[in-house]
Amino acid sequence: MLHPRIIPNLLIQNKGLVKTVNFKNPKYVGDPLNAVKIFNEKSVDELIVTDIDATVHNKKPDFSLIEKIANQSRMPLCYGGGIKNANQAKTIFSLGVEKIAISSAAIENPKIINDIADSVGNQSVVIVLDVKKRFLGRGYDIFTHNSKRKTGIDLIDFINKLKTMGVGEILLNSIDQDGTMLGYDFNLIDKVKKVTTLPLTVLGGAGSLDDIGSLIDKYKIIGAGAGSLFVFKGKYKAVLINYPNNEEKMKLINTYMN
Amino acid sequence: MIGIIDYGLGNIKAFSNIYKSFDIPYMVISEKSELEKVNKLILPGVGAFDDAMKKFKNSGLKNKVESMVFDSKVPVLGICVGLQMLGNSSDEGVEEGLKWIDAEIKLFDSTKIDFSTKLPHMGWNSINILEKNNPLFSNINTGDRFYFLHSYYFDCNKQDNILAECSYGSTFTCAANYNNIYGVQFHPEKSHFNGEKLLYNFSKI
Repeated sequence: MLHPRIIPNLLIQNKGLVKTVNFKNPKYVGDPLNAVKIFNEKSVDELIVTDIDATVHNKKPDFSLIEKIANQSRMPLCYGGGIKNANQAKTIFSLGVEKIAISSAAIENPKIINDIADSVGNQSVVIVLDVKKRFLGRGYDIFTHNSKRKTGIDLIDFINKLKTMGVGEILLNSIDQDGTMLGYDFNLIDKVKKVTTLPLTVLGGAGSLDDIGSLIDKYKIIGAGAGSLFVFKGKYKAVLINYPNNEEKMKLINTYMN
Repeated sequence: MIGIIDYGLGNIKAFSNIYKSFDIPYMVISEKSELEKVNKLILPGVGAFDDAMKKFKNSGLKNKVESMVFDSKVPVLGICVGLQMLGNSSDEGVEEGLKWIDAEIKLFDSTKIDFSTKLPHMGWNSINILEKNNPLFSNINTGDRFYFLHSYYFDCNKQDNILAECSYGSTFTCAANYNNIYGVQFHPEKSHFNGEKLLYNFSKI
């Protein structure tokens, strides 16, 4: 049986590992390489690493750090942050990264998606959509640059456009839920699921394994991403890198896949 | 010495990282002359079948690799599209396969898949080992999980060539073997301990 993927999402700022709330107030939680090492030992299904500085400060991806992270990863690795063209994507791919996540560059110029897909294959192209609920619940807007820039693009309109492009996966990130640990936004996920059959990974809100269980229960095959859940422990949010062990993971999957 | 064939596709670095961590000698092969130095071959692959076949044919490595595999019986392991390349033909394209193992590459039947996301078959899935004594699966058991990412599968024409199966909508071959030729559909280089074991096992064949 195919299993849903349970995926830690690591944010990097200034070469350090951080965690945000609603994309704000990044709190330093440790050394990214050490975290990757621990997650590798814990046999995570997949890992997403996002450099939240790169695009905002108009910096290139930190190839040396990416290489070090890839060297330690015995699982699929997705990198995002600052990728502007197919050449950079190709370089990152050659360092041992499977999935290339793009956001602002692709939203500003969707043609870049096909350029990158031509050089690394559709399956390796992940489009990241950071979204915020509109007032009065009228749909969702796409944001870029760490939620600082409102694109004015409607989420569903953009996903409909993706159909003709070489995208392998959508990474849907709820700015409203980020860091709150209050659960995923099912209303948002429902809306997206209605208009696309592309593989989907969701982020934002996971506060417990039960939240991940509810997600699996509802959507079965989905990428369950989480940030805070896997770097904090307890109600005072003490920093502790954690991830369900194989037994816990299988129990969760077997309970909710049926 | 293990040669990882670099014809422009596949996560070469991931294989190097694993063999390096095991202290097993390996080299990345992109020139014909380098093939002289190795006695085992890994044929990686990702992306589209035709693209992979064309790149491999144009790499200048194909003839020499074929003589190593068939005349010198050098063990070879195809991975993902690298497995699919070992077959006769693919639904995905028009290029001829290498025809080293008698198989056709077919598209999964989406109508049999219960999930709203049909293809690709992406994620961790458990395997069923049919040839339990095959050295490739030493210390690996039925039920162990591997990471998959593909929309086409390797449909063996000869039951004897099936080493292990997996299920996605229907049962399909996820590992095949004919003499010194091996192939796996999943990505051992991205399957944690199970994948490391498999790549280690291959180095000992």
